[in-house]
Amino acid sequence: MQYPSKYIEKAVEEISSLPGIGKKTALRLALHLLRKDEENTHALATALVDLRSKTQYCQQCHNISDAAVCSTCSSHHRDRSVICIVENPQDVMAIENTAQYRGLYHVLGGIISPIEGVGPSDIKLESLVQRVAEASDPAIKEVILALSPTMEGDTTAFYITKKLKPYGVKVSSIARGIPVGGELEYTDEITLGRSILSRTAYDTSHS
Amino acid sequence: MHLESLELLNFKNYEEINLQFSPEINCLVGSNGSGKTNMLDAIHYLSLTKSAFNPIDVQNIRHESDFMVIRGMFRKEDRQETIQCSLQQGQRKVLRRNKKDYDKMSEHIGRYPVVLIAPNDTDVIREGSETRRKFFDSILSQIDQQYLLWLLQYNHVLKQRNSLLKQFSENNTFDRDLLEPYDRHLLEFGQLLLKARRDFLQDYLPYFLSHYQNLSEGKEAVSIRYESNMDVANPEAELRNNLRRDLALQRSNIGIHKDDFVFEIDGHPLKKFGSQGQQKSFLISLKLAHFDSIRQHKGYKPILLLDDIFDKLDDHRIAKLMELVSGHAFGQLFVTDARPERTERIFQQLSDTEVRVYRIEAGEARRIMAE
Ligand SMILES: Nc1ncnc2c1ncn2[C@@H]1O[C@H](COP(=O)(O)OP(=O)(O)OP(=O)(O)O)[C@@H](O)[C@H]1O
Ligand SMILES: [Mg+2]
Ligand SMILES: [Zn+2]
Repeated sequence: MQYPSKYIEKAVEEISSLPGIGKKTALRLALHLLRKDEENTHALATALVDLRSKTQYCQQCHNISDAAVCSTCSSHHRDRSVICIVENPQDVMAIENTAQYRGLYHVLGGIISPIEGVGPSDIKLESLVQRVAEASDPAIKEVILALSPTMEGDTTAFYITKKLKPYGVKVSSIARGIPVGGELEYTDEITLGRSILSRTAYDTSHS
Repeated sequence: MHLESLELLNFKNYEEINLQFSPEINCLVGSNGSGKTNMLDAIHYLSLTKSAFNPIDVQNIRHESDFMVIRGMFRKEDRQETIQCSLQQGQRKVLRRNKKDYDKMSEHIGRYPVVLIAPNDTDVIREGSETRRKFFDSILSQIDQQYLLWLLQYNHVLKQRNSLLKQFSENNTFDRDLLEPYDRHLLEFGQLLLKARRDFLQDYLPYFLSHYQNLSEGKEAVSIRYESNMDVANPEAELRNNLRRDLALQRSNIGIHKDDFVFEIDGHPLKKFGSQGQQKSFLISLKLAHFDSIRQHKGYKPILLLDDIFDKLDDHRIAKLMELVSGHAFGQLFVTDARPERTERIFQQLSDTEVRVYRIEAGEARRIMAE
């Protein structure tokens, strides 16, 4: 494509390197920025630079953080004896949004998948074992696996469970099964079978 | 269930075409290379979301074009449904039912079943076990959505496990804890698929045998035997005992991906000991039984696509097949033939059936009116 300015060309090239954005969309976005006030573009540029230079990964849970230790890990209001294991920072946000969980997190930053060449050493697994091994006052009582219900999630959960076994910590997994509004009849056998195996006591206090 | 009309845009040698079909018999006649098989393939696309002949989707776009559309109007009882399969070069194939895109192609499989009998079918007899697994997997997937989902999962575990075996071997490492979840999934899905295949064959075999009896004049006994190295008392131990071999070969040797459906005639392999005629009868019987099992499970008849079938069959077998046609054993039928006069001769005997004949010429079609 012929651009009227080499700066447009450069911008289009950079924007279109983002996932899911093609050259056409990139051009539209670039022209949009040119049409708007200059401050808009500066604000965007500053936000992007800050995103990169002012954030880091929390040393403990590996979530994205503004400090060496994130606000969750340094909070006095969280239950420090429970760790919830998730694949990525979006999962932390999803669980936080439920306002149902008060423990700590551990972000693996990936999931085991030999096809993609991701093995146990490519995710934050050793540091998890270390956290569980070293925590005292309070010690870790429970680890909750909140991984996606895929083959890869299952494999990773299984592997983590094995690695945590020597420390005698309770390992649980978020319940998976029939979605709210799902119909039994249309649930596949494996999901239904697992839901029966992992059934929970019927609690009448909420209904 | 039948296909009322078909619209093609840039599919293979068709630039743009729109045809109305008979709910009963449709003949596509025309010289070699005119596009008869391509038309059947378009119908195959609408049913199974892919070509029966060329698995590379983009190669089915007409040369010099960069997109294709296949659109069919189906009638299922009193409902009319539009299925559209489209592909733009460099993008994902899109399948749409009544204006709504499918999330997964697998959701569509089995809704509009077809059975195709084509010249390259002899592969299923001559070639390795993979073609036979594919043959039966395709039937099972059309009958049972769950089967297809299990199969996709199984293939995924297998791929993961093989990648892992390869990495173990390349890095000279081994981690039992890492392998174990794949073994468990392989066994879990393997058992489900094994049972589904075995149960299916029990239903299928009587149909097959009865067609074979009808088509062949011989007294020979034919059979299809299901063989699986997972069909043992303790598949888990079997998997464990083969670990060393798996590691050495860097792939999984135990599992339903090694299954075979063994075709036999009087207890001997059909490939080696079956005569040409016996093999032909065997093949047609496989396909007609395919038709029967779908009809039994769905409660309606699949569309039958017969590509150059008269070339392959002798007069005796054609006569037998026509007995089925005139007895209304089939639903909608599409037949191709490079020799129009032969098709005319065969179908003119049918009086109470709506037969439409299209003459295909270089990607164009013209309806030939019966006199
Ligand atoms: N992607 C494509 N673009 C254009 N033409 C194509 C494409 N794919 C196949 N063709 C053409 O379609 C023609 C073959 O059509 P088809 O196989 O339907 O013939 P047919 O009528 O069944 O012939 P036969 O009687 O020999 O079986 C060939 O000429 C081939 O070149
Ligand atoms: Mg042909
Ligand atoms: Zn933290």
